[in-house]
Amino acid sequence: MKHTISVLVENHSGVLSRITGLFSRRGFNIESLAVGPTQDPDVSRITIIADGDEHTVEQIEKQLNKLIEVIKVRTLGKDECFARELMLVKLSCTAEKRSEIMTIAEMTEAKIVDVTLTTVTLELCARYKKLERFIELVSPYGIIELVRTGTIAIQKGADVMDRKK
Amino acid sequence: MKMKACQAMVECLKAEGISVVYGYPGAAICPFYDALMDSGIKHVLVRHEANAGHEASGMARITGKPAVCVVTSGPGAVNLITGIATAYADSIPLICITGQVNTEQIGSDVFQEADITGAAEPFVKHSYLVKDANDIPRVFKEAFYIAGSGRPGPVLIDMPMDVQRAEIDFSYPEKTDIRSYKPTLKGNAFQVKRVMAELEKAKKPLICIGGGVFASGAQDEVVELAHLMDIPVITTMMGISVFSDDDPLFYGMLGTHGLPGANRAVNECDVLFLVGARVGDRAVKTPIELEQTTKILHIDIDPAELGKNIRVDVPLVGDAKNVLRQLIGRAKPADHSEWKAQLDSYRIKRSYGEPKPGTVIPRQFIDKLSRAMPDDTVVTADVGQNQIWTATSFHIGKGGRFMTSGGMGTMGYSLPAAIGAKMAAPDRAVIAICGDGSLQMSMMELATAVQNDVRIKLLVMTNNRLGMVRELQTNGYNGRETAVFLDGSPDFIKIAEAYGIKSCRVTDEKSADEAIELLTTYDGITLVEVMVDENEGTL
Repeated sequence: MKHTISVLVENHSGVLSRITGLFSRRGFNIESLAVGPTQDPDVSRITIIADGDEHTVEQIEKQLNKLIEVIKVRTLGKDECFARELMLVKLSCTAEKRSEIMTIAEMTEAKIVDVTLTTVTLELCARYKKLERFIELVSPYGIIELVRTGTIAIQKGADVMDRKK
Repeated sequence: MKMKACQAMVECLKAEGISVVYGYPGAAICPFYDALMDSGIKHVLVRHEANAGHEASGMARITGKPAVCVVTSGPGAVNLITGIATAYADSIPLICITGQVNTEQIGSDVFQEADITGAAEPFVKHSYLVKDANDIPRVFKEAFYIAGSGRPGPVLIDMPMDVQRAEIDFSYPEKTDIRSYKPTLKGNAFQVKRVMAELEKAKKPLICIGGGVFASGAQDEVVELAHLMDIPVITTMMGISVFSDDDPLFYGMLGTHGLPGANRAVNECDVLFLVGARVGDRAVKTPIELEQTTKILHIDIDPAELGKNIRVDVPLVGDAKNVLRQLIGRAKPADHSEWKAQLDSYRIKRSYGEPKPGTVIPRQFIDKLSRAMPDDTVVTADVGQNQIWTATSFHIGKGGRFMTSGGMGTMGYSLPAAIGAKMAAPDRAVIAICGDGSLQMSMMELATAVQNDVRIKLLVMTNNRLGMVRELQTNGYNGRETAVFLDGSPDFIKIAEAYGIKSCRVTDEKSADEAIELLTTYDGITLVEVMVDENEGTL
């Protein structure tokens, strides 16, 4: 089962390597990991999508909490957060297929960011599942290159992650 | 006050009450050594950096406070990793200071450069690479606090040479506040109530203690609670010597190499109360079976240990000393005579056969020696057969202390750990018990003991084998014994002579008695070699 784990960390060099090291040495599987600054320049927020059963996720949370530079760890349930991922995909596309791809883009709310004689590049920001469906949809045209950021997530409503532990 | 950064490092150590550091110098740590020279802090020159870690570990385990080791960059730092990992596995507080190449050279593979914060990351509680000398006071304050609080462990401070040479305005912070590090010390009152309710309900309660009892300094509390509620006690290897072997409530060590009685107690109890014990695989082989038949209560200061290896019915996060105090406050006297009588019937009286000519029975000798030693003797066991013999046959008197590398199982630990322990407790007898294999992993530290006149006693159980591996091969690999023969080993009596150490060899009952006489009366460094049958079993 996939879990969305949000982690607030001190913005120190080396923090990311401590976290990824922890995952690899304890045998936890990371599906994706996204990291960036927050409104507080001293604090970064990491969103990890991890695979595992309840026991594994509990251990992931506890082991993350043991890292001194980890301020807060929270597993976000599917219904308590908005999750988004950004994807850029470059398709093989000549003039005759262009309109088909434009239709798909329109229907899926993907944006065309670049067109050449032989390619078209699309941008899509959505939930993980929607990206997967989109890939399925466009793969017959020939995916030349595909880049994804990994999921980021934020709690719904007024709920926030507290920076005090 | 303006001073050089290396001077400030020394002032930090002084402010933390450090009087001894274990180390090995090199170019990248020379500024610190220069400042250390006039500080009044004693420096003990080890003969291999791993042992700087083990010696500091021996000291920390006796004082209960972080101890310090210092090495240079590159190979010095990398050699120390075994010491760091050994301390980490047993939750021993260490401050490990490593020299590093100049800041602007980091990452360019210069001479004696190693990414030690990266390499040691899996084995440290926390680590720092100090790039700004002004951070030194804060970093040291935090490092000592982190190492010694919560679940203790090693903290590494990597110090580039140019940072040590910088000048700073020094003042040592009074206290430290790390927003992301707040160990839970007191037990949740509701959970405390639940634990007590289960203990009161239990017909056959059993307390299992681990190394966490020492880490917390909760020895008196656990003894008090057990006696107040009349609950039998068993121990993991790390918890040995919390209870004296003379205590009628104490039933010994559990586990693969433990006492049958202790293991039966675990299997037959209805409530198992784990105190600072992490249910390691060598202690409880099949936790799944146990959790189905037994109610498990577990105190640990590290929340990650609760439910990690065994499913827990009542978890309780907190410092064992505080939590046990909270429990004692609610405890009512109870009586478990029937249950104790059952356990008493499992106690074994060891009988020993005739030894092979030229040898003695190791357990018999260890038992006899331990009863002749003072009650408060500190014994450090190495790793292998000698460790199990010592763990289950060295009679622990009141106030005695047993130490070993429990989690990592690091060979060569006993001799350096004994040096550290003896320096922390110069008035107590300290004896290291090792095999002829493990001695040769840290034999160079005899020089450290001699140079600093650290009067340890050393018992070498010689069977010319790596006995435990030999036994594993005998039983598990159709007797195909390979790479376990120690032919080529030196004459240890001559080695002792070469170091100027008093020594003798035990080959029969008479020489055994003479050795015990020497070990109990002579107050100098002593090496006793005990000849043991190469086919002697571990259990």
